[in-house]
Formats: sequence, structure tokens, C-alpha cells
Amino acid sequence: MLTGAQIALESLIREGVDTIFGYPGGANLWLYRHLPSYPALHHVLVRHEQGGAHAADGYARSKRGSVGVVFATSGPGALNLVTGLATAYMDSVPVVAITGQVPSTAIGTDSFQESDVIGSTMSVVKHSYLITRVEDIAPTIKEAFHIARSGRPGPVLIDFPKDLQAAVTAFNYPEAPVRRRSYPAPPRPDPAKLRQIAELIKGAKRPVILAGRGVLIAGAEEDLAELAHQAHIPVGWTLLGTGAFPVTDPMALQMVGFMGAGYTNKAVCEADVLIMVGMRCDDRVTTRLDSFAPRVEHLVHIDIDPAEIGKNVIPHVSVVADAKVALRELNLLVEPKREHAWLTQIDQWKEEHPVRFTNHTGLLQPQQVLEEMYARCEDEAIVLADVGQNQIWAALWFNYRKPGLFLNSGGTGTMGYAFPASMGAKLANPHKTVFCVTGEGGFVMNMQEMATMVENNIDVNIVILNNSSLGMVRQFQDDFYDGVRSAVDLTFTPDFVKLGDAFGMKAMSTDRLEDVGRMLDDAMAHKGPVLLNFNIDPNANVYPIVPLGKGMLDFVEAS
Amino acid sequence: MTQSRLLSVLVDNKPGVLQRVASMIRRRGFNIDSLSVGPTDDDTISRMTITVHVGRQQAEQATKQLAKLIDVITIDDITGLRNVAHELVLMRMQAPPGERTELLNLVDIFRGRIVDVAASSVIIEVTGSVEKIDNFIELMRPFGIKELARSGVVALVRGDQARIRLMDFAIDGDEPPTEPSRLQGVAGDTTGTV
Repeated sequence: MLTGAQIALESLIREGVDTIFGYPGGANLWLYRHLPSYPALHHVLVRHEQGGAHAADGYARSKRGSVGVVFATSGPGALNLVTGLATAYMDSVPVVAITGQVPSTAIGTDSFQESDVIGSTMSVVKHSYLITRVEDIAPTIKEAFHIARSGRPGPVLIDFPKDLQAAVTAFNYPEAPVRRRSYPAPPRPDPAKLRQIAELIKGAKRPVILAGRGVLIAGAEEDLAELAHQAHIPVGWTLLGTGAFPVTDPMALQMVGFMGAGYTNKAVCEADVLIMVGMRCDDRVTTRLDSFAPRVEHLVHIDIDPAEIGKNVIPHVSVVADAKVALRELNLLVEPKREHAWLTQIDQWKEEHPVRFTNHTGLLQPQQVLEEMYARCEDEAIVLADVGQNQIWAALWFNYRKPGLFLNSGGTGTMGYAFPASMGAKLANPHKTVFCVTGEGGFVMNMQEMATMVENNIDVNIVILNNSSLGMVRQFQDDFYDGVRSAVDLTFTPDFVKLGDAFGMKAMSTDRLEDVGRMLDDAMAHKGPVLLNFNIDPNANVYPIVPLGKGMLDFVEAS
Repeated sequence: MTQSRLLSVLVDNKPGVLQRVASMIRRRGFNIDSLSVGPTDDDTISRMTITVHVGRQQAEQATKQLAKLIDVITIDDITGLRNVAHELVLMRMQAPPGERTELLNLVDIFRGRIVDVAASSVIIEVTGSVEKIDNFIELMRPFGIKELARSGVVALVRGDQARIRLMDFAIDGDEPPTEPSRLQGVAGDTTGTV
């Protein structure tokens, strides 16, 4: 006989969990009472629950097949998870959150630290459970992990009342696979539709593929590459699809959309057959909807989630299936071909519209920092980017050639994501170099996790691209809001070197290009977290960019 | 162009499912005209009948989003199919003893019945289509409606065959079905009317 808390911990081990990010409080103390008896579960005490949720997300995103786990107590603890859960939900990241709840007898009485966590998180989780019987704990945890990692992955929350953590019952972990009539396995691709797509590819004069995060989740990069090489189809990607196709490949385009490469947007707008795989086609991809792929004669959409088909753009042919299964089976039907004129045209656009930056001021440019980083790690580092200019720079100025090396909050655009998420990524990948690229705005949003990083000596290289302002907002205000700069000045940001000292974290700062390489070398040689502050050109902007309300071909380039 | 769409949804009979369904419909920007829920012959399953006022493409999106909810077993848009879609209304009517005859005549015409009689009022029960109920209420207004409760629509497609058949559900290792699986109902035969 075990207590509910012990059963929960035993169940986590059965699900292959080795790391938990969490924060104790009144309503989950039974879990913490027993946690020390389970050395197989490495608990990382975060300094704010939001950091825990992002760390669990970073863990899961960076280690395919894993599920991130976060603990929080009831009330404020659980509510602090909301942004992290929403981030994981939008980007389809498998996370299981276990929140303490007031005793089941007290639910509904507004007792101390009680909140309706199920209700508060309903729209940002894939599913949630309130445990009501001690014998449900093990089956619920098993089902929660199954739902989190299968189909289109996502976060699942388990609300766990305190009295049930203490209640006692026999522990039997269910062995049979989870079987729910309301949660069928993803369908297999319809062979007739795959044949149709193969025919479309055969007849295409200007084919283009766009790849989203679904390709990465499915592990379909090789199948995607095979398709692209077999039929010589240029491949672009979404922000979250970065890494799904090697940027150095001759068939590679670049990121598409609002801040994508000009040549990718041109290719999409000129395409006659456009194949979208594992992507949501949101407004950051399409820009103004009517400007998206105007010449396309056959739009193909492959996604595991039927609700994504026709949500924003209506395809001519759609396949609801796992990207890997769909592409693998499609590849059996696709014949070799090469549209020379189209590829020549693409190469010409690549020459005309390279992703580039200009330096009119002589000040340190963010792209120079990223180039120095790339020169030192190439394909071997995991890069987490925060949200804003640093995110787009990090997406465009690193030649990601392998999957799973670029992680960011693409859907919700959660500032403050990168830093705590980088802890998770490093703990999940102890042998990989991890860079956290962030701004001074986003870093400060979760900088309390410096304590966690130092305490656990988590070897992350933190790169702050410091432009003393909320750069992306500043750029928008300059260009689209009459040039009125309002509430974007971040001159009053801490001295990051002193801040590092205060937390016991090695920290360095510069505004000179000649220091960048040495600082990076030092940081990478140091076994432990290092904070590097780069004071960059405060007016450095993201290019290319499609002005708000404009279409895909209206992109503005660096001048 | 928006229209009223009738969705028939089978869900796991569990706490919180109603909130999940209602919350999803609200979050995606759709308005619920009516929603009724009750158990089916299988007490682990409830049927929700939802009327939403949306365009056709929106209806498809609403249906797909609802189908994604883990507690939703099947969902079927039965708008425009030959179906029985009925609602029940209870009305407490002002009816002093000397003035009841005309009221009772109308109740008869609408095949309603009196389910409670008090000193100066009666409770009338009428079932039927939304239009029939609307018409009846209009006719009753001059008599003085004291209180009114409508159940919301419940509906089934006409014919011998169940429109929504619970599918054999696939699990890991099983050969999953070819799409579309979850949204597809079974074509019912459409013989017979009431």
C-alpha cells in the first residue's frame, strides 16, 4: 500500500521521467514529503512557477520523445503556470503539470490558496484532470502522459487534492495501452490523396514546400529531404519549423512570412503547387491573407490536426496524418524530376534578396554576435531565442542544419521564455552546448532563475543582445505608429555584470566587436552558466519585414 | 452568411465536459443559441444538442475544434438532414377560472397539455419544433404569461440507422483507420416521418 503522493512519483518513473521542475507549497507538500525517497527523479527547485513551466517546455522541446514535468502548489502557484502552459499549447509541446489542490472536501469553499485551476487553464491545455479518487491516480497519470505525447502533442494538467496525496491504496501501474473511445489514434494518410499529390508534383512547374514544427515533432526531416531531393522542390519553413530542413541544402529557401527571407516569400507567391506540411499557416506566415500564394493552382496541406485544415487557408488537397507517415508514403509515389527554369529563378531571387544587414553606425550589430557564435559551434549547439528582435535574428543568422537546435516561443510569443527554457534544454542535453539568446527586456522577465542556474551549475551561455529598449516594439513604433516612441525605453536595466556577481554567475559585458569572440570562448570553456551582455546598436532593426497590413511581396529589406 | 446549425455531440459523461464544450465554442468566437445535455441509454455517455449561429466554414471549424476535445466522442452536424428536432416549453399562464376555455382550446390545437392547475393559473406543456414553440408563445402572450421555461432543442436524425455509431477506437499498435474517421457519421436512411 502506498500513499497517493508515492503513487504519483512511482507513476512518473514508469513514464520515463527523470527531471521535475517545481515549487513546493501547502497543497503539494505530500509530494515533496516523499520526493527525497525517489533519487531517480531529479527535482529542480525553480524560483517562480512560470520558470518551471518554461523549463519543462524547454526540456521536452529539446529532447524528442520526452515529456516535460512541472510541479506547483495550489492557487497562486498553479496560476503562475498559465503562461507557460499556453506557450506549450500553442507550440504543441508535451508537458505534464501536476498542481496541488486544497483537500477535496474543501474545494468550492474559497479556502486558503484555493483557485479553480481546471477552469483557469482550460483553454491553454490539451486536457486536464481533477483527481477525485485515490485509485484513479495511476491510471490518470498514465493517460495524461499518453495524451501529452501522442497525436498533436500538448500540455496536460493534473489537479491533485492534498487529501488524496495522503490517502492510501494498492499501487498497480496499468500495463495495457491507454484506450479511450474519444481519443482515437491519428488516421493513416489516404492513399488516393497521396497519389493525387504525387500527380500534382509531377505536373508542377513551380513547386514549393513549406515545413512547420509538425515535421520536427514527427521526426520527418529525412523524409522531407528525400521528397525535396527526389523532385527538386525548394523548401521554406515557418519560424517553428526552423531546422526541419538544412539551410545549407541547395533546395533550401529560408523562413517564410512576416519576417521571412524575401526570396522565400517570392517563391511562395509564384508557386503553382504549394505543399504545406505540419504547420498552422497563421498570420505571421501568411501576412495579409489575400497576398499568400496568389498564383497557387493546387494547395496541399498535410497536418495531423484536422482542425488546422481549412482554418486559415483552404487547401485543394488535404491529408490528415502524422507528417512522417504521410511523407514516407508519398515518397514511394513521387518520381524524380527537376524544373530547371524554376530553380534558376529561385537562385536568381536568392541573389537579389539575400538575408543581410547593414551597419551605418559602426556600433556592434546583433548579427555580428550571432556570426561569432555560429563560427564556434556550427551545428552542435542548441539555441533558445526569446521573443522580439533577438528571436528573428537568431532564426535567420544561424545556419541550422540539424533538427531541434532552435527553440523559441513561436505561437504565443512569450517574452521571458528563453532563459528558463534553456535550463530545461541543458538538463535534457547535458553534452550539448546551449545558448540562450535574449534581450534585456525578456531576460529580466524571468531572471529569478539565475539562482536556479547557479545552484544547479547549469551550463548555459546566456547572450543578451542589449539595445536598451524593447527593440521590436520600438521598431514597430518607428515604422508603423507615426514614429512615436512610447514606453519602450529600457535604459533603466540592471548592470548585468553586477547582477551576475550578485547571483554568483560569471558575467561579462562589452559593446565592441573585438571582445565578442574572446567572451564567447571564455563562456564556452567555463563549466557553468555565463552571462554575456552585448550592448548593441540601439537602432538595429529586423529585416526583411513586411509592414503591418501589407502583403508577402511588400517586404522591406535592410538598406 | 450565417445560419443556425444543429450539432449533435456525444461526450463522456464526466464532470466539467459541459464547461469544456461551452468554453471552446466561446473561445473560437461562436455564439450558442441553445444547448441541451442529458444522458443516453449508455450512462457513461451524454448527448449534447447544440444550436450555433455561424457561417458554414465557421461551423466546420467549430465542429473540428469540438472533436479535438478529449471528452468528445463524436460530433455530427445534422443541419439540413431530415431530423426530429424538438423542444419543450413550460408556461405558467394567468388563467382565472372563468377565462380558461379559449386557452385550453389553443393548447389542444398545439397538442399541448395542462400539467398543473392552481387557483388562478395553469402550467402548460408543449413540445415541438422551435417554430411551433415560438408561434405558441406568441399566441399565449395576450392571455398573460407569468413564467416560461424552454428546454432547448434535442434532435435525432430520422430513419432506422443510428447516425452516429461509436467507432471501434484505435490504440497504439492497432491499425488506425484512414481519415476522415472521427467526424464521419453513418449515412442514415431517411424513410418515414411522424
